[in-house]
Amino acid sequence: MFARAIRAPRALPLRARVPASLSIGSRFVTTDAASSSLSQNVPQSDDEPFQVNLSDESFETYELDPPPYTIEVTKRELKQMYSDMVTVRQMEMAADRLYKEKKIRGFCHLSTGQEAVAVGIEHAITKEDDVITSYRCHGFALMRGGTIRSIIGELLGRREGIAYGKGGSMHMFAKGFYGGNGIVGAQVPVGAGLAFAHKYNGNKNASIILYGDGASNQGQVFEAFNMAKLWGLPALFGCENNKYGMGTSAARSSALTEYYKRGQYIPGLKINGMDVLAVKAAVKYGKEWTAADKGPLVLEYVTYRYGGHSMSDPGTTYRTREEIQRMRSTNDPIAGLKQKILDWQVTTEDELKKLDKEARNHVAEEVAAAEAMAFPEAKSSILFEDIYVKGSEPLSIRGRTTDEDYFFN
Amino acid sequence: MSSPALRSWRRALALPRAAFLSAARSYSTHPPNARFNVPIDYGSTPLLKHTSQDALRNPELPEDIRNGPTKKMNLFQSIGDALSIALATDDSVLIFGEDVAFGGVFRCTMKLAETYGTDRVFNTPLNEGAIVGFGVGLAASGMRPVAEIQFADYVFPAFDQIVNEAAKYRYRDGANGRSAGSLTIRMPCGGVGHGALYHSQSPEALFTHVPGLRVVTPRSPLQAKGLLLSAIRSNDPVIFMEPKILYRAAVEQVPVGPYELPLSKAEVVKEGKDLTILSYGQPIYNCQQAIQRAEEDLGVSIELIDLRTIYPWDKETVLNSVRKTGRIIVVHEAMVNAGVGAEVAATIQEDPETFVRLEAPVTRVAGWSINNPLVFEKFSIPDVTRVYDSIREVLDY
Repeated sequence: MFARAIRAPRALPLRARVPASLSIGSRFVTTDAASSSLSQNVPQSDDEPFQVNLSDESFETYELDPPPYTIEVTKRELKQMYSDMVTVRQMEMAADRLYKEKKIRGFCHLSTGQEAVAVGIEHAITKEDDVITSYRCHGFALMRGGTIRSIIGELLGRREGIAYGKGGSMHMFAKGFYGGNGIVGAQVPVGAGLAFAHKYNGNKNASIILYGDGASNQGQVFEAFNMAKLWGLPALFGCENNKYGMGTSAARSSALTEYYKRGQYIPGLKINGMDVLAVKAAVKYGKEWTAADKGPLVLEYVTYRYGGHSMSDPGTTYRTREEIQRMRSTNDPIAGLKQKILDWQVTTEDELKKLDKEARNHVAEEVAAAEAMAFPEAKSSILFEDIYVKGSEPLSIRGRTTDEDYFFN
Repeated sequence: MSSPALRSWRRALALPRAAFLSAARSYSTHPPNARFNVPIDYGSTPLLKHTSQDALRNPELPEDIRNGPTKKMNLFQSIGDALSIALATDDSVLIFGEDVAFGGVFRCTMKLAETYGTDRVFNTPLNEGAIVGFGVGLAASGMRPVAEIQFADYVFPAFDQIVNEAAKYRYRDGANGRSAGSLTIRMPCGGVGHGALYHSQSPEALFTHVPGLRVVTPRSPLQAKGLLLSAIRSNDPVIFMEPKILYRAAVEQVPVGPYELPLSKAEVVKEGKDLTILSYGQPIYNCQQAIQRAEEDLGVSIELIDLRTIYPWDKETVLNSVRKTGRIIVVHEAMVNAGVGAEVAATIQEDPETFVRLEAPVTRVAGWSINNPLVFEKFSIPDVTRVYDSIREVLDY
């Protein structure tokens, strides 16, 4: 009875079962990162808004009228989006390097390839809105206002890390950002709680809740859907569908891979998650939807991660190198926006190179600062910090050698 | 969540010897002049059976096994071996969990799907609640399911199914006579140095509060094979917790044939007369190291007991030992509050015959009552010095 779902031995590449073109093409929304077009000339001024047309294939809807296929942007904002995505990628690459140098220990999940989601969302919301996401959280933490040094410092387990170096990769928090959560799907009902607070307080803010295609099968996701719809909460559930839950492709774990329809009684919207402009347009529309008191939406950001699930997963045993290469070379969110910026003559290639260089230098400086941070001191007040109940702390801690012994009081 | 953290775990569990020889004093190295907290040398610890004769001397093994061959295995291989035997000898055995068809993130189920078919060894979606609930249903209908939870830290969505369904099925089913007893739930537990909040917990004590469950933790490959086979064949639901740091580190000679080791029976690993140390899982290696130092330094004789089944536990063996030595230290990685040590201490002081024999207070050496911090795991879970220190305190009392 399970045969069809599971009879896909690991040795058999996905390609052997599904023609390569179909495996991407079967997702009806395009993943072309450069599919938008201009409807008017680009103004001279950096701050004068102009209209951009999104591709007809940017969205797919479920029980919902699609968002407008035009979006208003400014030159400054396009450059900022570009710069943000480049910075997120540079930061992730720095984390990758630090991990390989064994300076980062434990778990580390990178979002290379998925930058358009974190950046597009941030450009559509305000600092008063809430974001809560899964373990793949570095980009979101940065966009929500975390500094690179505090994020890298956290990965390195340093005291000045964003969570005092106590959490590491999956556990990052900032104002309006409720983490990074190490347990698959656990953040979704928490996000519904955040949304309820907005509704209760009568403000018009939304709670942006992200989870992966793997997490979509957790029971608590559906429990949260029900509460959100029942109580009309301003919740934008969002499945970041990068096609693989760890090493298991969506089709082998999910009976319905159209995650935007998973809300059943909640309208859904599938979005080209490789196009930062489409993401922004969709989330902006979602915010207007929740502000009009229409309740929750289930979004699906169709995206792709270039790396493995975590640092210990090469990411090539369950998908072909060609598939990764194709996404990298033809659907990259950064390259896509770059092409548009140049086509529309928003700025010059030299100017973009300058932005690249600035981002690279900034990340390098911040990483150096993070590496210079101290580890947390081995003392009781730090070990027992934020622990409510006192009483089990030791009188002394033995060091590795006697000169490291530490006596309290 | 989590990770098919294969290679990082492989690195973490392999304990590269070169690391502690290096002069650099970073957090992940040991100084060359450390007296106590040197890395456990799994290649020479007497807790592991390094020769075939040594392995076969175990009186708990059946006669035919004691005359049979052994093979060198690490913990994940011996668990895979037990699972393979269970599948081969009983058609009603099914194995499922996240990524088990690929071998699982710790390689315990390697080659099982290829050998026994994907209708018997299969992947589930990421939904722990349903994995266990599904197992309860299978068990109630007469199958013998072995469910894997990828990390013990992920078991909590399944807590309701374990506590309210699996544990209570037989009691509530009355005259129908069905139960979820054939269900075994395997999960890797414990720290590896840098797992932080959600990849290093040891939640065994939570399950010991639930009548109807058995909770088992092996200390070595030989033990794991026998205990897991007993667990799978047991007609009570068993939570089988595997110390993940031992998957690759602990290597010993394991009998090739099928054998079971008794559940709810502790094992006196080393006899002694002045003090009893009770532990289970990985910390038992730290205890052994501390005992060795203490016996050398203090000229005492210390008894070491592996509890093995944490619930329902072998009170007789433990009480007998304490009546003999008059002193006991309980060591576990899980935090000290409401832990296994608390239950042992209460049981000892409730037993009049043992209580009057006590020469020192029952002592617990366990994790502090905190969450597992990223770089501070070392300071939270019991190490050799803390055990050694407690030995001195208890003996000096």
